[in-house]
Amino acid sequence: MAVLGLYNYFIFAVLLMIGLYCILARTNIIKSLIGLTIFQGAVFLLYISTDKIDGGTAPIIQEGVENQIFANPLPQVLILTAIVVGISTTALALAVTVRIKEAYGTIEEDKIQEMDREL
Amino acid sequence: MTLYDQLPALVVVVLLFTAPITYMLRLHGFPWFSAMAAVVTSFVVACSLAATTIGGETIIYEMGGWPAPYGIVLHIDALSALMAMLITGASSAALIFGAKSLADEVGEETAPAFFAAWLLCTAGLVGMVITGDAFNIFVFMEISSLSTYVLISAGPDRRALISTYRYIVMGTVGATFYLIGVGFLYMVTGTLNTADLAERVGQVEDIRLVLVAAGFVSVGLAIKAAVFPLHSWMPNAYTFAPNAVTVFIAAASTKVSLYVLMRVDYAIFQNSIANHDIQLTFFLVPLGVLALFAGSMLAIYEKNLKRLLAYSSVAQIGYIALGISMTSVAGLTGAIVHMFNHGLIKGGMFMAVACLALRYRTVNVANLAGAGKAMPWTMAAFVVGGLGLIGVPLTPGFISKWYLVLAALDEGWLGALLVAIILISSLLAVIYVWKAIEVAYFGEPRSNAVPVTEEAPLVMLIPTWIVVLAGIWIALDTSVTVGLASIAAKTLLGVEL
Amino acid sequence: MITIVFSLFLLTMLVIVAVGILRTDNLFTAVMLSGIFSLIMAANFFILDAADVALTEAVIGAGISTVLFLGALALTAEYDRSPPVGTWVPLLTSSALGGVIIFATLQAPRLGDPNAVVHKHVAPWYLDRTPELIDVPNVVTAVLASFRGYDTLGEVFVVFIACIGVMSLLGRVRPRRDSIEEDEFDKRTDNLRHHLIPRVVGKMLVPFIVLFGLYVQFHGDFGPGGGFQAGALIAAGVILYSLLEGGPRGRELVPEWFSSLLVALGAFTYTCVGVVSMAMGGRFLDYSVLSHDPVHGQHMGILIIEAGVGMTVTGVMITIFHAFSRRGIR
Repeated sequence: MAVLGLYNYFIFAVLLMIGLYCILARTNIIKSLIGLTIFQGAVFLLYISTDKIDGGTAPIIQEGVENQIFANPLPQVLILTAIVVGISTTALALAVTVRIKEAYGTIEEDKIQEMDREL
Repeated sequence: MTLYDQLPALVVVVLLFTAPITYMLRLHGFPWFSAMAAVVTSFVVACSLAATTIGGETIIYEMGGWPAPYGIVLHIDALSALMAMLITGASSAALIFGAKSLADEVGEETAPAFFAAWLLCTAGLVGMVITGDAFNIFVFMEISSLSTYVLISAGPDRRALISTYRYIVMGTVGATFYLIGVGFLYMVTGTLNTADLAERVGQVEDIRLVLVAAGFVSVGLAIKAAVFPLHSWMPNAYTFAPNAVTVFIAAASTKVSLYVLMRVDYAIFQNSIANHDIQLTFFLVPLGVLALFAGSMLAIYEKNLKRLLAYSSVAQIGYIALGISMTSVAGLTGAIVHMFNHGLIKGGMFMAVACLALRYRTVNVANLAGAGKAMPWTMAAFVVGGLGLIGVPLTPGFISKWYLVLAALDEGWLGALLVAIILISSLLAVIYVWKAIEVAYFGEPRSNAVPVTEEAPLVMLIPTWIVVLAGIWIALDTSVTVGLASIAAKTLLGVEL
Repeated sequence: MITIVFSLFLLTMLVIVAVGILRTDNLFTAVMLSGIFSLIMAANFFILDAADVALTEAVIGAGISTVLFLGALALTAEYDRSPPVGTWVPLLTSSALGGVIIFATLQAPRLGDPNAVVHKHVAPWYLDRTPELIDVPNVVTAVLASFRGYDTLGEVFVVFIACIGVMSLLGRVRPRRDSIEEDEFDKRTDNLRHHLIPRVVGKMLVPFIVLFGLYVQFHGDFGPGGGFQAGALIAAGVILYSLLEGGPRGRELVPEWFSSLLVALGAFTYTCVGVVSMAMGGRFLDYSVLSHDPVHGQHMGILIIEAGVGMTVTGVMITIFHAFSRRGIR
């Protein structure tokens, strides 16, 4: 059981690796950005994994029910914020990508680098 | 509550409050004006905060009236006040300076969006330095980063777009690293308030997660601060941004990340992890030294004047990293003073470059021949700034390097080596500054080039010279900057004032 | 026990989907997989008792993010043509990263450990004191809107700046190809209009999505939900309508001046609540001073700021979508 209790962190690490690899190894801008969303998604998983408590439930207090155990509300609040920050970054990056495509005619970073070097 | 008690919040609220108004009211010339008014107000508030905290007092302001660690508090001491002054000051100067050039580069239609982004960029940076909550730093870091992306992408060249994209990827990875570090810290302490973190990190039994958290936070912030070798986003971002934007972000934005790095490393980890100072030195000294050499060498071989100054910033960030790594009062004082002084120097130099760009329509060093005659005042400002980069006496660069050398001398044999390195890199600075000066004063204009005979307009020259003279003034009268910085250094190290 | 097994299954699926994203060179596939990734993530959050986060991730990650990616794909490229070179450095970097994390987390508290530090310090205070201080059943809403309201304000400004950025990047329509006739225009851009079944069925869904969004907005104090989720849901309804009926009709339904006004107005409302509370003698964003009774003041403050958040998020998502879709018509 001890190992299963750490499975979330293990998956977090693996997702982070896949995300970072995707960002670093791919020169296609859209692909890198998808990698970036995986990278951020992994961090959401890390935070939310800390909120779970055995026998707990979502932190919504019901009247008349005694001795309830609630999950930790704080990581949830933080990740709500982080998700919105993530989509904002993605939207902005995609807008830049569209403009790059219009200006260069490609979204492959290596080709763009070549084109800029010729100038 | 009196207005005076509300000042800590006002310094950032003024900016946040004005941003939507700036965006909504689409009147001619209004966006620039409202942005300027808000930023200057914020600067005045920051100055009064600095005046309050110069005695070593710390202001705690509870957002929403909730006490720490449950709510978010603002934590303002001498160091944060000094940084807030630097940010809002640089922002005001760059805005006033850029009134004309921005109107050209940005255009009437996108002006409301651009100036709202400018306000939010300032607000994000100020928010980062005054907050006392680790997660709140992340939120404001993202406000400032996203608005910086918007500001840079407004640059006229298409390469501004690809530079913005690279900055977005690097910046987001950096911010996410920081977030991971904070997540680990939260796992082992259960709190996010920095003061509370500092207290509770020391009680953690298993140090492993704390160490990894320290690693993630430091690397994330080092990316944001463009510490060598994580600087690759920075030179092009500076080069292709609109000129006034370069002035602002070069003066303020990387310094804020360095500030947070310093805060987190000293306030949270220093007293809790055994041998933390050794680890910090181990991490930052090689990076600082590499940055000094690599940045200077790259600057020497660079043909574009804006990118040359950006590489020089990589080197100068190396000095600040060295100062931080020395973990002594003198070293930290030097680092903090250099943050402030370098902000002024680089801000002034980028202003001068913007003036040159306005007349010459290029920033290639080779094409600036004859600028010394055609634009004497602009070039004089550039030269004074360049002397500051080298660290000639009577310039602000000298003061900070003086403190760094003093600190290094306390470090034994490593210190002697560091002194030598600082001296060599100053010589390298002579080479790259001279490269520009030589062409401007002694170079022959190309025969096919359109001769430039006109000096930059006064609306640009006057702010440039105000910044340059402010630099000279703080070099002559060091009581404010060095005073605030040494108090800040002592607070960070936990030494009695 | 069954939840643990299910959770393990979902987590493993996450990795499989992520590997799939990495391996495919068809960007359309990659984007759809990333939508599935977010959906699995949302299900996983739900199992981990984070209902609010699950709702947000489902709407924003799986819904709006996918639509934006597809919009960008339509304007850029369909295939990833990265050359397979230089993979060693990324591989080493990311393996080192993963190794460090696995090494560190071996000592971390196991999932659901009631003795973990996170459950001992700040969190119990929120759970104990919320009924008395703020008196809303959903503690997440209480923390989000009041205890950490300053963070949420910052977050609203993050989406605000993203919207500003997208508008200034994609706002200017280039006057090319205006020679194409109106009809031709419609045929090219609004494919779905000519598919009867999705159009009719989809349109029937729109009012319910918007209604659900409003419910989530005003029920956020009592159940999972709040301004972010509601705003994203309402925007999703409008976006669905635009996808079915075509961008121009979508812009008739919610004109762009209106959505971008909503963005600024929402952020402004939120800040104003803070400024008013300062003027009434409290700290910034201290809602207690808004009314003679502190708890009542908190209710009022949370209601208004959640409305501000809802307005901004709705406006931002619609504006960004319109910016992308309009860019497609050249």
